[in-house]
Amino acid sequence: MALVLNDEQTMLRDNARGFLAKNAPIAHLRALRDKRDAEGFSRALWKEFVEMGWAGILVPQDYGGLGLGHVEAGVVMEELGRTLTPSPFLATAVLAATAIARAGTDKQKQHYLPKLVAGDLIATLAVDEFAKHHPDHSAMTAARAGKDFKLNGAKTFVIDGHVANLLIVAARTAGKAGDTSGLTLFIVDASAPGVRAERTPTVDAHNAARITFQDVNISAENVLGKVDAGWDVLEGVLNVGRAAVAAEMVGASEEAFGRTVAYLKERKQFGKAIGEFQALQHRAAHLYCELEVTRAAVLKALQTLDDSYDRAGAIVSVAKARAGLSATLAVQEAVQMHGGIGMTDEFDIGLFMKRVRVCQELFGDSNFHADRLARLNRY
Amino acid sequence: MENPENFRKETRAWLEANCPPEMRRPAQTEEDTCWGGRHWKFQSEAQRLWLERMAKKGWTVPEWSREYGGGGLSRDEAKILRQEMRALNCRSPLDSFGIWMLGPALLKYGSEEQKREHLPKIACGEIRWCQGYSEPGSGSDLASLQTRAEDKGDQFLVNGSKIWTSYADRADWIFCLVRTDPNAPKHDGISFLLFDMESPGVSTKPITLISGASPFCQTFFDDVLVPKANLVGKLNKGWDIAKYLLTHERDMIGGMGSTSENRSLGQIATDTVGTDNGMLADTVLRGQIAAFEIDALAFRLTMDRAGDMAKAGQAHHAVSSLLKYYGTELNKRRMELVMSAGGTDALEWEGERSREGRTARAWLRSKANSIEGGTSEVQLNIIAKRILGLPGA
Repeated sequence: MALVLNDEQTMLRDNARGFLAKNAPIAHLRALRDKRDAEGFSRALWKEFVEMGWAGILVPQDYGGLGLGHVEAGVVMEELGRTLTPSPFLATAVLAATAIARAGTDKQKQHYLPKLVAGDLIATLAVDEFAKHHPDHSAMTAARAGKDFKLNGAKTFVIDGHVANLLIVAARTAGKAGDTSGLTLFIVDASAPGVRAERTPTVDAHNAARITFQDVNISAENVLGKVDAGWDVLEGVLNVGRAAVAAEMVGASEEAFGRTVAYLKERKQFGKAIGEFQALQHRAAHLYCELEVTRAAVLKALQTLDDSYDRAGAIVSVAKARAGLSATLAVQEAVQMHGGIGMTDEFDIGLFMKRVRVCQELFGDSNFHADRLARLNRY
Repeated sequence: MENPENFRKETRAWLEANCPPEMRRPAQTEEDTCWGGRHWKFQSEAQRLWLERMAKKGWTVPEWSREYGGGGLSRDEAKILRQEMRALNCRSPLDSFGIWMLGPALLKYGSEEQKREHLPKIACGEIRWCQGYSEPGSGSDLASLQTRAEDKGDQFLVNGSKIWTSYADRADWIFCLVRTDPNAPKHDGISFLLFDMESPGVSTKPITLISGASPFCQTFFDDVLVPKANLVGKLNKGWDIAKYLLTHERDMIGGMGSTSENRSLGQIATDTVGTDNGMLADTVLRGQIAAFEIDALAFRLTMDRAGDMAKAGQAHHAVSSLLKYYGTELNKRRMELVMSAGGTDALEWEGERSREGRTARAWLRSKANSIEGGTSEVQLNIIAKRILGLPGA
């Protein structure tokens, strides 16, 4: 498949860009942050996403979704990255929708997917338990209780965790931390007795939560996929999330870079535009190259998820690692090249640095993915 | 293309029938790669036959039109041909600067007569070309070149010297940048000339590099007479052709690092430093190799994307600077890691075990990648100016 967007994807990008510039520019994030909004996102904006079909972008048409692919979801993520828009899109439309659509029974799909598409449910994935992403080290337990299960443990860094109605939770039904077998995925009602969410807003003013589970009863019909064999499903969902977050970083870093280049042309010191200084020109040109190389890898990862979902692991790690590094360089250079004004809260450029730092950690940072690639290549 | 799968099948069948088995093993020595030319000595009958058959088919230059000795294939068909050749491990039948550089420039800027005269001889490997660009005093500032071509009626009189002329001592003809108007601004007084290296007054001297013997020469022109019919394009408009051709050279150099893979870095390092629990025992080196592999794969995709964008009419003309800059820096990084992974084995300079210091020489040679064809710094200047539009660049 050619490594360019097709006409429909380009149209989706243009529409998304136009819509977000008008309805959710960075001022939207600032407003939510400054009034310490209890939910951390705008229900009204999410309703508009739902009306455009974005909540069901990855949901098959049989369940009311748009039935589009990961490239299209990535297009939306990239545009959300440009405007730093907080929304349940990643958690609900990308992660939870993929988990249920890929691993759910017919009954589960019929029950949940139309509700996700309609915006009636906010859903998310609860996987991390530590400060660093180590999904195979999950220790949270799901003990058998007759035919049912009893969940005990804690999850951290759950995106939109305090506003989600539905949690996809990875817990151990067998084995020990470090084993990839013995993990099982559960669909958990966030209002079930014993589930407690503590909102932990992150540095970028986006939503995250720590969630504890104390003797939470889960009926067998809420197992997602097979008992003890949740790893492959989880890896697939994580790959989807990683590629989506990589796309978001492409958007955030390119926006930060565009603003920086514009500033280099406009800011004058020593009687000329600072963009005339070769010391800055070469750094900007190098950064441009890094961003272009990342863009190719991210598009390829999204296309691979659409074409051969089960073989996307390596290229997704390449994309996530690259995006993390080039976006980090982009936002660091952005702040440095903006000088003093880049350090002020009033100026937007610092917000890009904050968001990219969070995206870097989400579902494995660049080091995690370099290690993963080395393992896949057996060295 | 009517039916790509039919074309693929036919192509594979033809290659299987016509590519000699000896030509389906990787090239080991420099002579295994056929460069053609008047003085070329074929390594084997198989090498001669393979060139002859491919040239007859027009597949040494598959995308050139048939009247110029090409195969008349579409871009997609040529891609299938390359894929099938790779699948059968077929060697390239002919490598040359005529194919990579002069040919595209002639197709765009040459007269009909020049195309008919020179392109078929490039396609069949009859004439081997070299490139006369850099001069001892004109490296990054190429447009300051001083080799002069004076108007002598129906001929030019050429005097001066070129440097870094690859294979000048083995080439039959040279495509050369010369100054035809010393009084014009530097970019506006340059012309693009073709001439025979056997012309009286042409001499060459090989250059030894830090990596040892090299294809590079210094080339001297002492009252060389060149017919005016050998001027390509318009008088004093050679800089446009030079720039166009440089983009082809950059693509070629930028892509070099990705095609020379033998053992992966992970394998080399596994053999030398060993493993611990299935992971490289040197964990810092392991991380560096993984980081490199991430960038290398992403760069290969960037080259693919550049091709796809060109096809979709979305490419930026300065993208070759990106590919040249990134590809050569990546290749240097790879060679540093090869040396690090190879340890003291990689330091051997002579003898059969190290194949005459192949690794060490390749490492040293890679340092030229970011100098030749426009330095990395020049590429960054071009990106800053033409893509980012930064002032004064």
